[in-house]
Parts: sequence; C-alpha cells; structure tokens
Amino acid sequence: MKTKTKKHTNGSAVTAAAPLAKIVSKSTTRNRLTVNRAYKMYVGGAFIRSESGRYFQVKTSAIVKGADPDVLNMPRGSRKDVRDAVLAAKNAEHGWASRTAFNRGQILYRLAEMMESRRDELAVSLERGGLTKEEAAAEVDASIDRCVYYAGFADKFHALVASSNPVAGPHFGFSVPEPMGVVGVIAPSRPSLLGLVSTVLPVICGGNTCVALASEADPRTALVWTECVATSDMPGGVINILTGHPKEIAPNLAKHREVIAIDAWLADQKLRVSLETDGADNVKRVKTHDEAQARWSGRSGEGVSYIERFLETKTVWHPVGI
Amino acid sequence: MTLQVQVQSKKQFGAPAYFNPASPPVDQVAIEERVAALAKRSIKKASKVAGLRLSVAMMDLTTLEGKDTAGKVRQMCQKALLPLDSDPSIGPVAAVCVYPNLVTVAKKALKGSTVKVASVATAFPSGQSPLPIKLDDVRRAVEFGADEIDMVIDRGAMLAGDYRKVFDEIAATKEACGAAHLKVILETGELGSLDTVRKASEIGIAAGGDFIKTSTGKIVPAATPQVTLVMLEAIRDHFYATGNKIGMKPAGGIRTAKQALHYLVIVKETLGDAWLTPDLFRFGASTLLNDVLMQLEKERTGFYQANEDFSKD
Amino acid sequence: MSSKKALAKRNGNGGHAPIQKKSASESHALDFGKAWDYAPAPESPDHVKLKSRYELFIGGKWVKPQSKKYFETISPSTEQKIADIAEADAADVDAAVVAARKAHDKYWAKMPGAERAKYIFRIARALQEKARELAIVESMDGGKPIKESRDVDVPLAAAHFFYHAGWADKLDYAFHGRRARPLGVAGQIIPWNFPLLMAAWKLAPALACGNTVVLKPAETTPLTALLLGQIIEEAELPPGVVNIITGAGATGAALVAHPDVNKIAFTGSTEIGKRIQRSLAGSNKKLTLELGGKAANIIFADAPIDQAVEGIIKGIYFNQGHVCCAGSRLLVEESVHDIVVRKLRDRMATLRLGDPLDKNTDVGAINSKMQLQKIKELVKIGEDEGGDRFSAPCPIPQKGYWFAPTFFTGVAQSSRIAREEIFGPVLSILTFRTPDEAVEKANNTMYGLSAGIWTDKGAKIFWLAQKLKAGVIWGNTYNKFDPSSPFGGYKESGFGREGGRQGLSAYVELE
Repeated sequence: MKTKTKKHTNGSAVTAAAPLAKIVSKSTTRNRLTVNRAYKMYVGGAFIRSESGRYFQVKTSAIVKGADPDVLNMPRGSRKDVRDAVLAAKNAEHGWASRTAFNRGQILYRLAEMMESRRDELAVSLERGGLTKEEAAAEVDASIDRCVYYAGFADKFHALVASSNPVAGPHFGFSVPEPMGVVGVIAPSRPSLLGLVSTVLPVICGGNTCVALASEADPRTALVWTECVATSDMPGGVINILTGHPKEIAPNLAKHREVIAIDAWLADQKLRVSLETDGADNVKRVKTHDEAQARWSGRSGEGVSYIERFLETKTVWHPVGI
Repeated sequence: MTLQVQVQSKKQFGAPAYFNPASPPVDQVAIEERVAALAKRSIKKASKVAGLRLSVAMMDLTTLEGKDTAGKVRQMCQKALLPLDSDPSIGPVAAVCVYPNLVTVAKKALKGSTVKVASVATAFPSGQSPLPIKLDDVRRAVEFGADEIDMVIDRGAMLAGDYRKVFDEIAATKEACGAAHLKVILETGELGSLDTVRKASEIGIAAGGDFIKTSTGKIVPAATPQVTLVMLEAIRDHFYATGNKIGMKPAGGIRTAKQALHYLVIVKETLGDAWLTPDLFRFGASTLLNDVLMQLEKERTGFYQANEDFSKD
Repeated sequence: MSSKKALAKRNGNGGHAPIQKKSASESHALDFGKAWDYAPAPESPDHVKLKSRYELFIGGKWVKPQSKKYFETISPSTEQKIADIAEADAADVDAAVVAARKAHDKYWAKMPGAERAKYIFRIARALQEKARELAIVESMDGGKPIKESRDVDVPLAAAHFFYHAGWADKLDYAFHGRRARPLGVAGQIIPWNFPLLMAAWKLAPALACGNTVVLKPAETTPLTALLLGQIIEEAELPPGVVNIITGAGATGAALVAHPDVNKIAFTGSTEIGKRIQRSLAGSNKKLTLELGGKAANIIFADAPIDQAVEGIIKGIYFNQGHVCCAGSRLLVEESVHDIVVRKLRDRMATLRLGDPLDKNTDVGAINSKMQLQKIKELVKIGEDEGGDRFSAPCPIPQKGYWFAPTFFTGVAQSSRIAREEIFGPVLSILTFRTPDEAVEKANNTMYGLSAGIWTDKGAKIFWLAQKLKAGVIWGNTYNKFDPSSPFGGYKESGFGREGGRQGLSAYVELE
C-alpha cells in the first residue's frame, strides 16, 4: 500500500499509519477505526439491554461494508423484559388514548418525517440484513409511505366505523370506537421493516399502546427504526420494541393479563395454538396468522380493517325529550 | 332519619337558618375555555409592574409545617415586612398565615405594622374532629391575637350530601371568631367537580364567611384558575342579590408571577375594580413572593434575575 | 347582633342566597373600570415581508393581469393601503382555467392518491412554519384580532390541510364501495371573514379528491390567499394545480360563467348565492353553496348561566359578528331574561375594542366601509322599530371602521333585526316560554345554518337538536369547528357540507 508523505505544520514529514492499517479489521475506512453501534431494545422511551444480560447473534451480510461487524450481539429479550415493556405500555395507555386523534396523526406524520430523513440508514441496514440494494430501497419507500398512510387515518377511521343507530324508540343511540389497551405484536420475520411498521402502526393509530417483538432474522433494522420513533415526539411507552426469540417472548405476552390483545405473525403453528390457548386466561382478543400467507405491499398490506381489529365498540343510549 | 336531623337542627338554632342547596350547574369545558382565554391577556410594562406590586400587597405569607418554630416564624415575618431590602417601597404583604401555636410570636414580630396575623384553625387541615374541639381551636387562636381565622369545611359531610352540617359548622365558627375575620377553606381539590365547588362556595358565603378560600395547600391539586373562577362567580351572584362583597383567596400551588397575574386578570374581568384590593383578594403562598420580586427586578433593570440574589427566609 | 341576624342581614331575605332574581337591583353594580388597565401589547409585524404589488398566480407563475388593472387592499383598522393587487378580467380567468385544466389532465388526476397526499401534507407543514406571519397579515388585511387569527384561523387552516391530505389515498373507503373520480376543474369563490381558513376549507378537499382549482379570494382580503400561493409554489405543486385570481364581483362572475369549469363552490351572501345558482341552471356544473344565517342561540333557565353568557359573546362578538353561523338571535327563556341580560351587559364591559395587532384586543375592525355602513343602517332600523339598544362603552379609535358590540332587547320575530342578517356585532334578544316555542321561533327563518342550545339537561339537547332545522347544532358551546366535522346549512343557508367524510362528496363523481 502506497503511503503518502504529508508535512506537519512545522515542516517535518508525517508518514501515514501503514502499520495500523494492517492490524485493523476490514470495517475500517480511511485508516480510522469505526465506532460500532450497540443495538438496544426500546422500552418506555429509553434504549435498554435485556435485564437478563443474554444475547443472540446476527450476521451482517458480507456484501455491505460499513460500521457493523460481521457478527452482531443482539439483546435476547426475557420474560422480565416483557413484563417491564408491558408496564411501560400500560403507563402510556391513558396519555396516548386521551390525546386528540389529530395529535396522534401529527405524531405519526413526524415519525414519517424522521424515517424519510433516515432513509439511507434504514436501507443500508436492510442490505446488511441480506437484501439487495433495490429490494432495500423499495422496502424503505413502502415503509415510509405506510407511515404516512396511517398518519392520515388517525382522525378519519371514526367516520368509517362509528355509527348513529336508528333505534326504535325515543333515544339517541350511537356507537363509537375505542382503543383496547396494550396490544402485543409478534412482527413478521420478513419483510423485517415493512412488516413491523404494518403491524405496529395500525395498532397505535387506533389509540392502543404496543409491545412488539421484532423480526428474529433481522432485528437490526427494527432497532434503527426505533431511533426514528424516539425522535418523533412519540411519547415513551406507546411503542416498545423487544428483540429475541418468538418462542421465549410470545408466550409471555400471551400469559400477561395486562395485555388485552395479541397480533402474532408466525410460521410456527404450534406456537400460534399455544398463544390462543394461553390468551383465553383473560379473554384476550388473539389474532394469529401464518406469516407465509401475508402480502405486505400495496393495498393488501394496509387499511381500516388493520385498525378496526384492535378497537372496541362502545354503544351509548340517551333519551330524547324535554 | 331525615326527620330526626331536621328536629335536631331546629333545637340547636330555633328557626332554622335557611339556605338553598340548589346551585346553578357549572359547565366544566366552558370554564376551562374561559380560564384559557383569560390567560392570553398580555400584561406588559407599567401594568405588569402594577400587577406585581399588587400581588405583593395581597399576599398571605404562609408557613404551616409541623416543624415550624419561633425562629422560623420570626424570620418569615421579617420578610413579610420588607420583602426586598434594596427597595423598601415593595411590600409589606397583607398578612402572615401560621398555626395557632405560632400566633403570639407572629403578633410580636409584626407589632406596629399593617401586616395581619391569620391563623388556621378547626383541626386544620383535615377538619375531622368533633365540632367542640374545632370551635375551641378557633377561640384559642383568637385569644392569642389572630386577626383572621382560616377554617376548613367538613368535606366528608359535603360529599355525603349533609349540607346542613357543613353550613351549621361554618356559622358556629363565625360566631366563635368574634371580631376576627373568617376565611372558609373549601379544599376544592377534594370536592371532585366544579358543581360541588359552586355549592360549597354558596354555603360558605351564606353561613357567614368573609372570604372563601380554595385550599389548605396540603394536597394536590390546590388552587387552580378553574376553581377560582367558579368561586368568583358565586361571589358575583351573591353581590348581585345582596350588595355584599365577599373576598376570595386561592392558596397553594401558586409559584410564579405569571400565575399570579393570571389570577388578577380573572378577578378583574369577573368582578371588576372593587375586588382588586387585599381587603377582598389574597394569595396564599410562600415561594411566590420571590418570583414576583425577581420579575419586578427584571422589569426595573432589564436583566433576568438569579435565584440566589433574593433572600430565603 | 346575633349571628343568625347577621346572617339574615348578610343574605338578604331570611338567610337565603338566591342566585337568579327576576329583577336584579341595579344599585349593586360591578365596576369594570380603569383600575389596573392593561398596557398596549402589540404583536410586532417587523419580521413580516410583504410586497408592494401582487400579481396573479396562474400556471405556477406570478403573471401580470391582462386587464392591466390593480386595486388596493387596505387595513380596515388604519385605512392605510397595504399593497396593490392585480385585478383579473375575463381573459385572466380564462388563462387560469386553461392552466387548471392542463394541470388536471397532465398531472393531478393521474397521480396516485398517496403522492397527492404528500403534497398536501407539505402545504400543511408550511402553514405551521409560517403561522405567525400569516396571522399578522390576516389581522392587518381583514381587521380581526391577532388573538383570533393566531389561535383560531391559522391553526384550523393547517389542520384542514393535514386532515384532507389523509383522505387523498383513502377515497375508496369514503363512498360505500363506489369508485370516485375527480370532477376536474373547481372554481372557488371565498369571502372576507375568514380569508385563509376559507381558502383551506375549499382547497384541501378539492385537491385531496384530485381536482385542480381556480381560487378567487375576496377583494378586501386577498393577502393571505396570495401568501398561500407562495407556499404552494414552495411546496412544488405541479404548475396549474392551484391558480389564484384576485378581483371583485366581476372576476367571480367570469369564473362562474366559464364553460370549462366543472364545479363551483361559493361561500358568501345568500343573495349572491342565489344569483350564482340561477346562472348555473342548465349547465352541467356542480354547485355547493355556503350562505348566510340568522342562528338562534337558545338559553334555558336550567343552563349554566355564566357559561351560557360566555357562549353568547362567542356566538355574536367573535370575529366582530362577521360569521355566517353567528348566534345573532338570542332566544332566552323568559324566567331568566333579566339576569342573562344583566350578566351579558357586565361581560361586555370587559370587551376590548381596538388595534387588531394588539394581543389584548377582543373586538377588531369592521372589514370594510361598506360593511360598516350596512351595519349602521340595520341598527338604525332596529332603533326605529322600537328595540332597546345597548352598546358596550368601548372607546372607538379615530381612524378605521369600528362598531361597538351591541344588543337589542324587546325584539320580536316580526322585527327586521330578527329576520335580516346584519353580519356585525349586533345581537337581537327575544324571549320564549316553552321548549316548543323556542323551536318554533328558532326555525321561523329562511336560514338554517346553525343553532346553539344551552341547558344542563342532556335529553333536552337531543330533543331540540332533532327538531331544529339547522345544519350545525352546538350544545352548551358555540362556534366550534373541526376539519372532521361536516359544516353546512339547511334551507337558504346553502347546500353541501365542508369537512368530514361527507364533505368529500362535493368534489367527486361516483362511478
């Protein structure tokens, strides 16, 4: 390797650090050691490691150079992490639900702005997770647009799902949607970003708070996404993202009585059945899906039905008279 | 049971002192809007200085702690007489407010000044003692020299709907006060709704209170602009009906000059000029005074002030 | 004196502290005088940069009018000129419609809804970023208090754009399974009472549904629409999607008459609305109208009275009464008439009339000399009819157009001031005895835009809401607006709704 000879300000020669270049890893660029990022989970508005201290490893695709080593240590979420995340989501429940729908929409739009400003980083992360450049760019575009979609729905779905009920009598009857509470989400493992956004956002758009398990295959991009959430004015505790193994995390969500609903996208049929069984303990609204069947692009991946699934309906009667 | 209660009251007071518990409804959302609209008033320059000076003149400098000593009260009285040593034209405050055991100390420290001594009484802050004990508490405080008595109403009776009991206790307390002037603390933070605050205000006025006061300052929420507006409306309706002017005192939770000015705006635009005087409006506060002084100094010098430049007595 | 006697003396008759008396003694008068008067608190317009002359915004460019004519826009509080404004003639209107048609066919109608949405979101964001400047210009140009333009007009305008942006890619949900197509080119004529807000109410749904627009702002208040034009330019909307043609009645008429406009939306007086409706007979143009009103604000004896009085103030003195849905008739239950009037009089004593740019001003300037003249004429008629007039004792500035908040008592439904829209800070007060009578009087008008109901009884609110012939009914509140809440009138207050899912219908064709 050719070394350029530079001069100090006092005129003496400086030799480039040729010996250093030999001993650093291939992730060094321009003879400078990179600062690797530690990937952390996002709970209650803060970035945390697993309380268990355990980790699992995820490989970085060899094609993409940059500030990620070949192998990453990811927090391996535990039962207690689930417990803490549910507590954070529970504490955030009232504040999130009592904001105006317009305000929730504004925050979701800000999230889209943050995602757009980090689009390159999100795309590179997907590439490190194994996607091609084109696939990654397309997935990021679709994810940002999906966020804009739900930002625009926050103050509108009521017009579609609420009703005035023409009851047979002198009463004014109406039915309004309400959020359910804390919803547990097991996000699809692929596509790791679009799938996460498409399952988490309709849940919070409806006024619920959420504890989601990110993709096991590519938890990295989910955690880059949480940095968008953290800078978006989203109150802490509304979105909580854990990383780890579905077999360890999902049953703990299903067994937590503060969790009122579950949306699980899993290939493992046995696991889906166990969630449905355990959820019955507090009559959870459990929806499980074979993630192989899902289509996340275009209109099939979004819509009022995704929001409506996690809404209660409250019907009110009041007499009409003097 | 109702019959029994009626008979008892008749025995106590002869012809029952009649009061009407059917208060007008209060719309909470509209109250919030009115309070927010009044907060938008921009008080600048000369009117800001005038408002801040008025706030000092209206202050009841307060210490109500289990750990109060003669030393603490003496130092607070010094502050009450001369809030800002570099400007003797500021102050004195309207009154100091202490527990009965500290009344004598306060009276001595304030001798010769215009600053009144207000004492809490009636088993402050809870009021959960038998009436004879509460009345004795009042009489002793008056004997010690208190010019003003701040009593608490029976919130339990209020929430249980025993309005006659609430009324009677206030009337009896007024009697025990003798010449001392009576403030009736509603403890609005426990009353649960603005409708109940309105009802309690009317009972407090009808039963003889000279002032109605929001809070003991011992629970949260203490004074708020919302309950203050509702209480001022009750005072207004009483004035319309009788021509009598009742005073009002928000207490607790008022820490900044900005808040104090907001309260003054609410008074000015609800009751008008006549109530902008310490005879009819007081602030129950402790930390507020220094923030007001800081704002006055900022207006005078153009510099934002530092906390440490103001005495902590 | 025994405490009981003292109590009796204190509380008037027998210790009773009555709240509402039929005839409250005037000797117990509150004094809202000069004690602790507020110092002037002017909002500084120094950071606002306005041009001395504005051209027409056509095809994405600022072009000189083919008419070669300009007119002045003045500040109604100072009578000073602010800027020269281009006056569009028929040729200019034609150029604008041509540009709109081109933009519709070439860009806008084909664009996926999700992309249109993002343009509209950009406009919304810019309105937030430039909020202070827009509020100041709105107050200067139109006369309304800065407190209102800052806290109501501008935020609501931004909210309308945010709200409608979200519909652009969800129209397949809005029409019960039927596919929606844009109408094409929409001609929109807006009034001077909420200039920027009315522009938002018109543009946002039209754009969300894929239409392109030719907008004609009112001649006395063109500035904020023109600033909106700059925002649209900065948001990089394709040229011709929005065109702004300033001018007066003739410009509007040319737009209405233009053969290549698919839809006309008009907000303004009932008289002009009818004229437009007549002129469109036999054409294929779709029409929505948002016209005048003479709303009844109904107060029952069981209302929260102090808050209801606040509702009266909001209903008729907000925006100087220049509000189509203003509560310009107070229908008060006879048993509480006197106390309500007394409280209203006292409340009016704290209204501050003056410089719109002063943050403490509650009542701003009347929008124009012409409007002031109209108000004065109708008030004279009210006096001649025998009504008792009360005007708030506000000092009136020397220059500018001003009218003190005023009410008339002793008004009947047969009075002209109970039937004709004054469009100023003038309230007509009538009494009623029963809920049926309230409904009868409230509905006894050719208008039907809005109404207010004040009572503590929920069932009564719903009962009246069912019976009142009005498009917007406010229960224990007044003059509340939201982009998600459909707004529009019955009868001669117009037809069509703005806001909500229902408001989208005006801008689509269903297959």
